[in-house]
Parts: sequence; C-alpha cells; structure tokens
Amino acid sequence: MSHPVSVADLHFAYPDGRQALSGVTFSVGKGERLAVLGPNGAGKTTLALHLNGLLRAARGTIRIGDLEVTDDNLVEIRRRVGLVFQDPDDQLFMPTVAEDVAFGPANLGLEGDELEGRVDEALAAVEATNLRQRVPHHLSGGEKRRASLATVLAMDPGVLVFDEPASGLDPAGRRELMETLVGLPVTQVLITHDLPLALELCPRSVILDEGRVSADGPTAGLLGDDELLARHRLEMPYRLDGRKSGR
Amino acid sequence: MHAPDGFLNAGTAVVTGALSAGTVGAALRQAKHYLQHRQVPLAGITAAFVFAAQMFNFPIAAGTTGHLLGGALAAILLGPHVGAVVITVVVVVQALVFADGGLTALGYNLLNMAVIPAYGGYAVFKLFRRLLPATSGGVVAATGLAGWVSVVLSSMAFSIEWLFGATAPVSFTRVFAAMVGVHLLIGTGEGVISALTVGTVLASRPDLIAGAADLDAGQIEDTRGPRAPTLLIAGVVAALFLASVVSQFAFADPDGLERVAQETGFAASGEEHLLSDSVFADYATAGIENETVSLAIAGVAGTLIVLAVGWGLLLGVKRPGRRSAV
Amino acid sequence: MGAGHAHALYVHEHSAVHRLAPEAKLAAALSFIAAVAVTPREAVWAFGLYALVLALVLAAARVPPRFLFLRLLGILPFVAFAFLIPFVATGDRVEVLGIEVSGEGLWGAWNILAKATLGAATSIGLAATTEVPKLIEGLGALKVPAVLVSIAAFMIRYLELIAEELGRMRMAMAARGYDPHWLGQVKPIAAAAGAMFVRSYERGERVHSAMLARGYSGVMPVLRPAGAGWFDWLLAMTLPLTGVVIAAVALVVT
Ligand SMILES: Nc1ncnc2c1ncn2[C@@H]1O[C@H](COP(=O)(O)OP(=O)(O)O)[C@@H](O)[C@H]1O
Ligand SMILES: [Mg+2]
Repeated sequence: MSHPVSVADLHFAYPDGRQALSGVTFSVGKGERLAVLGPNGAGKTTLALHLNGLLRAARGTIRIGDLEVTDDNLVEIRRRVGLVFQDPDDQLFMPTVAEDVAFGPANLGLEGDELEGRVDEALAAVEATNLRQRVPHHLSGGEKRRASLATVLAMDPGVLVFDEPASGLDPAGRRELMETLVGLPVTQVLITHDLPLALELCPRSVILDEGRVSADGPTAGLLGDDELLARHRLEMPYRLDGRKSGR
Repeated sequence: MHAPDGFLNAGTAVVTGALSAGTVGAALRQAKHYLQHRQVPLAGITAAFVFAAQMFNFPIAAGTTGHLLGGALAAILLGPHVGAVVITVVVVVQALVFADGGLTALGYNLLNMAVIPAYGGYAVFKLFRRLLPATSGGVVAATGLAGWVSVVLSSMAFSIEWLFGATAPVSFTRVFAAMVGVHLLIGTGEGVISALTVGTVLASRPDLIAGAADLDAGQIEDTRGPRAPTLLIAGVVAALFLASVVSQFAFADPDGLERVAQETGFAASGEEHLLSDSVFADYATAGIENETVSLAIAGVAGTLIVLAVGWGLLLGVKRPGRRSAV
Repeated sequence: MGAGHAHALYVHEHSAVHRLAPEAKLAAALSFIAAVAVTPREAVWAFGLYALVLALVLAAARVPPRFLFLRLLGILPFVAFAFLIPFVATGDRVEVLGIEVSGEGLWGAWNILAKATLGAATSIGLAATTEVPKLIEGLGALKVPAVLVSIAAFMIRYLELIAEELGRMRMAMAARGYDPHWLGQVKPIAAAAGAMFVRSYERGERVHSAMLARGYSGVMPVLRPAGAGWFDWLLAMTLPLTGVVIAAVALVVT
C-alpha cells in the first residue's frame, strides 16, 4: 500500500533564483505523526506549500496516497491534504469563523444541510463550537489556532500539515493544542523548530536544513544528539540526559 | 471631502452617481482578469491599507495637519483600474459603515475621491514619467507631482459640481477659489507622503509597483532624483496644467458664470421644485443652449485641448531617462 | 476617522430592527435618506416629522441618544461650512441678532444641516443595528457586483489588523522622541506607510495561498443563508414609505 505522503528528490527555487529545496526525500506512514525540524530559512514553509500543490516542484515528485501532485489533480490533492498556515490571520479571512470553516467544503461543492453539518463537526472536533459567530480578529491566539484547524478539518483531509502550529501560543494554549492534535485520527506532518513539541507529539522526525534532509529517525534519538542539533542550529530548552527539570 | 447628504441638489447626485457607477463598472471590467485570477484578497487588503493610511495624520505646517486621500498613490501602486476599484470600496464602506459621507452623496463623493484622483492622478503620473528620467528617483518625483495634482483636481471637480448643484447662493468663483486654494496647500502633503511611500516600496519590493513595472534593475537602483532643471520644468508643466483649467472657467464667461451660479444655486433652488432646478431638467428642456451646460462644455473642452497640447509637447521632448545612446 | 473600530459602531441589542435582514434595512435606509434629500427645504415641518420617525425607529432599536450624538460629531466639518454660508452667500440681506446675513444663505445652511444630520443619523442607525459583515452581505444581496462585495469583505476583515499595526509603528516612533511639526519631517511616517503597503501586499499573497489550499478557484462560494423574507421587507419599508409620503406632501404643498 502506498504511503499517505511520499516526497522524492524534491527541488525548488523561487523566481528570484533562491534555491529553497535541493533534493528532499522522505515519506510518512498511515496515521503517523511526523515532525519536520529545521532552523529559520531551512525551507520548511516552502516544503509545506509543496505538499498541497501551492508551489510546484522544479524536479522530483510528491505523491499523496496513490496520486502524484500534478496540475490536473490539484482539486483532489487539496481535498486530501489540509494545510494549516503559520499565521492564523492569513488563514481566517472570512467575516466570521463559521463562514471561514464553510469556505473549503463550499469550494468542494457542498451546500445546505450537508455544509452546515461539516461546519458543526469541524468546530466540535476542536471544541470551538462557541466561536461560530465570532469575528476572527477578536479571537485569542489559542482560539485563532483552533479555528484555523477547524477550517481545514471541514474539508475532511486524510493528511494534515501544520506550519509552526505552536507559534504565538501561551503555555496553556500550547497544551490545549497538543491535546487536540493527539485526538485527531489522521496522518500529521508538524513543521516546526519547537523541539519539545516534536518530542512530545511525534515518535519520528526529519531534520531539514539548507533545503536537504540531513537526518531521519526516532525523535528522542535525534534530539539527544547535541552535536547533530548544534550543526543545524537547533536547540532544546533543556537537556535530555536526565538532568532536565522533570516533566 | 466626504460630503454629507443634501450637500448638492438631487439632480447632481443622480448625474454624478451615474458617472461614477459607469466609470467604476468600466474599471471593474478592465481589472477583471487581475481580480479573478489572483487578487481579490490582495485588493481587499490593500484597500484596508489605504483606509488605515487615511487615518494617519501628518503635520503640514504651523499646527495644521492633513491626512492622505490615497487615490493617486493607489493608482500608481496597483495600476489605475484596480486602484480606482480599491478606493471606490474604501469610500463606499466609509459611507455605509462609518457614516462618513452621505449615502445619497456617494455619486459625487466617488467621483471626487475615487475616480478623479485615481485616473487623473495616474494620467499626471504617466505624463511626468515621460518627462522625468526612467529611474526610481524619477518615479518618486512623478508620484509626488501626481499626488499633488490629484488633490487639486478633485477640489476643482467639487467646485464644478457646486456650479451645477449648489444648494445655497454662494458663487462658483468663491467656492472654486476657496476649495482650490486650500487644496493647493493640502495637496503638497499628499504629494510628499505619496512620493516617500513609493520611495520606500521601491527600496524593498520594486516589483510590487505597477507604475514602475517598466524599470529594469539598474534603473531601480538609480535613486538620484531628476536634476533641478528637469524638476523645474515638471513643476512649471504642473502649474500650467492647473492654471489652464482654472483659466478656462475664469475666462469662458465671467458674467455668465455669476449669472449661472445665481440661477442654479439661488433662484432655482429657492423658488422652483426640485426636479426643475436639476441639471436633468435643464438637459431635458433647454439642452445645449443652457448656459450652465455650454459653460461646462467650454471648460471640459478647454481642459482637453490643454492636455492634448501638453501631450504633444511632451512627446516631442526627448526622454532624459534614455541617456545611453543605443 | 477616529472611530475606526468596528465594535464602536454596533450597539449590541436584540430588537426587531436588529433582526431584520440586512438588505432590507440597507434598502430602507437608502430610500429614506433619498426621500429626505429631495424634500424642499421650506417644508420645515417635514424635517421635524423625519426626525420624529427616525427617533422612533432608533428608540425601538434601543440605540442610546448619547451614542447617536457622539457619532453625529463626525459631520462637524460640514456643519462648520454650513454656518459660514449665510455670511458668504449673496442675495437679500436679513438681520439676525444684529448681524446682516443673506436670507437665502440661511435657507441654504438650514438645508445642508437638516439633510446632513438626518442622513448621517440614518446611516449611524443602520450600522448600529447591523453587524459590519452583515452590512457587506446585504450589499451582495442588493446586487452590488460580487467582486466589489468580496473586496469590501476582505477590507473589513483586515482593517483593524492593519490600523493597529500602523498605530504600533506610530507609537514606536513617538517612544523614540519622534514629534514632527511640519511636512519636512514626515519621512518616517511615509516609511511606515511604505512598509505597511509591502506587508499588506505580502499578506494578500499569503491569504490567496490559504484560499487556494482550501480549493478556491477564483470565485467566492455563496454562503448566504436564505435572504430576506417578505416580512422583513414589509417591516423595513415602513420607514422609507413614511418618508416618501412626507416628501410627496412637502413637494405638493411647497
Ligand atoms: N517568496 C519568496 N521568494 C524568494 N525567496 C523566498 C521566498 N520565500 C522564502 N524564500 C527563501 O527561501 C528559503 C526558505 O524559506 P522558508 O521555506 O520560508 O524557510 P523556513 O520556513 O524553514 O523558515 C529562505 O532562504 C527564504 O529567504
Ligand atoms: Mg517558515
């Protein structure tokens, strides 16, 4: 059976000539939660935009299940892969949360009660039913994050890709987010430089740096390797060798 | 310049409404491709930017402050059609949501604050782009002049509308002198802020400026402004342009002007019914013989002739930007 | 434009006026203002009636008089202009409080004051009883071109975000002693505006990506629930119908 996500030898350069990805290869198993770690400018966001066809590979292939990402099947790819953007204010663009959640499924052709049902389900899944009629601008950071997640869940994707999901959240909001993610029964790719988040949520990680995958393995193992982390400008806020101040 | 309801008579409101709706409709058709394929969120968010920038006060001198109108700036940044559409949305939302400007005054408010600054400002910008060097310095200077002229043009438009739709016996010449006089000053603020804003954008994302799309990388790096003589000529052209519009109205028929102002503004609105004093009724009954109409046609025709002569002169001027002998 | 914050425009209540469909309210407000605008200024009684009818509607909507008054201050610049008119206008002179002014000018000033105030009060009432997104929705229902409506919706969504960002920039400048007194010192303000334009543009591109990621194909999906029913129209139109009757009588009588 094919992997939900498999990326092979992916290359990409921005129009201004900047080479952002230079041969990325990895795959994600069904139901797996994978972390993609890397410093600023590593190409993480660029990779995320490729996973649902917003940027098109210059070389290499991306497959979502049995489907290769090409111009002809973008609609299906975008239905299968939900992308949660780094800044919720980019994601929540409609006047109210409910309309925003409805935007995706409406683009897929859903209407009336079916559409309403999707919206209700998605909001319930992230415990945001009470945010229905709220105006996105006035939500708290954590509420915005949950609303963004609902907008994507409403499309019923098999794969969720998060770009820096915990950025801008306070510790409690971060905790709530982690609980929500653990409860979602879909394949997840967490793109982040937040190592403790990866350690807690993702059994496996890949490290991306300068557009290349430089390590792929169990998260605990990667994060225990100080030298590896230092080489890629990654840092744990505390050490993993037992001297950490309890968790 | 967000005029409230009832500021001009109903006929003027209806005619300017039709003019604005027609122009915005045409702008929408022109901008259709752009707006369909990419840019609806972009246009909306830049509209929010223009709206927010209008709330930003800046000092002019001696305790007076002004704020940006942004019509010319939007047209230069986004192109005239998208610029006009964006400012239209700003003005409509200001009236509808913020009660800033009357809902029945939208016709003339749109004409004065969206259509004329965007298209007039852009035309002036293009005119000066021809005269000034093809460098970012030239773009900045042209933006400044366009910003200034755009505000003066809309004050002129406002005065002309008063000529047709006055609701009180204040003579056209008086309104014209006051409006244009004040806006010659306010316009300098608009010009300076617009120019500096475009300068900042040129320094970081020159690719975003529709009005500078023709510049190559080398020309963008050239931030030297136009040399003093060039700038002087540009200033003179701008002043001549404005003066010629003014003179069209002053010379066309000074006596007639007063009489018309009296008739449309004072006698008519005082004694006759609403529809009989409107331009509409005048068109229907008196047609082109009507003094108001012929006066306005003289003014518009004069302005067009001046513009055409200006174009001709500028076409004859060798573009200083093309310095390299190819 | 001091009141740039959407929540300062809306009065949170649950009146019948609040519940009316936005397009019906919008059409009603517009036609009522149009009736006011065409009323001859000599029919002073008519303007009194308009004010009374409008006051009844605003009271039913529980819009506080203080709120209305504060929002009405927005038309002050034109009120000032109106007060100037009797002094600069031509025509017969009449004496008011020992000062010679133009009689026609007085009528002109009254005309602008009365219509501007009633128009603004109606718009304020509309915005006070209709949340901004609903107002924009109403525009769509009244067949304003969809592109304009979408642009307006995006603008409303990002207005506060951008205004606050600009405000923070201005504050940061002030915090470092920036206090400009004339036009020659405005470069930092323009630099902030330029930076803000670039950020707005880039946000526009990111939002567009976020839309594509959820299947956007260039046309905004229609999410509106069923539009206004006949009852909404009937109820909303009582205001402009009253207005039209008053205007018609005023036109005939004057
Ligand atoms: N729109 C763009 N145009 C040109 N270069 C870009 C663009 N977006 C990102 N880059 C560059 O591509 C590289 C990778 O960026 P990005 O994927 O955003 O990294 P990350 O998300 O890991 O911080 C960076 O060097 C960045 O400067
Ligand atoms: Mg990133």
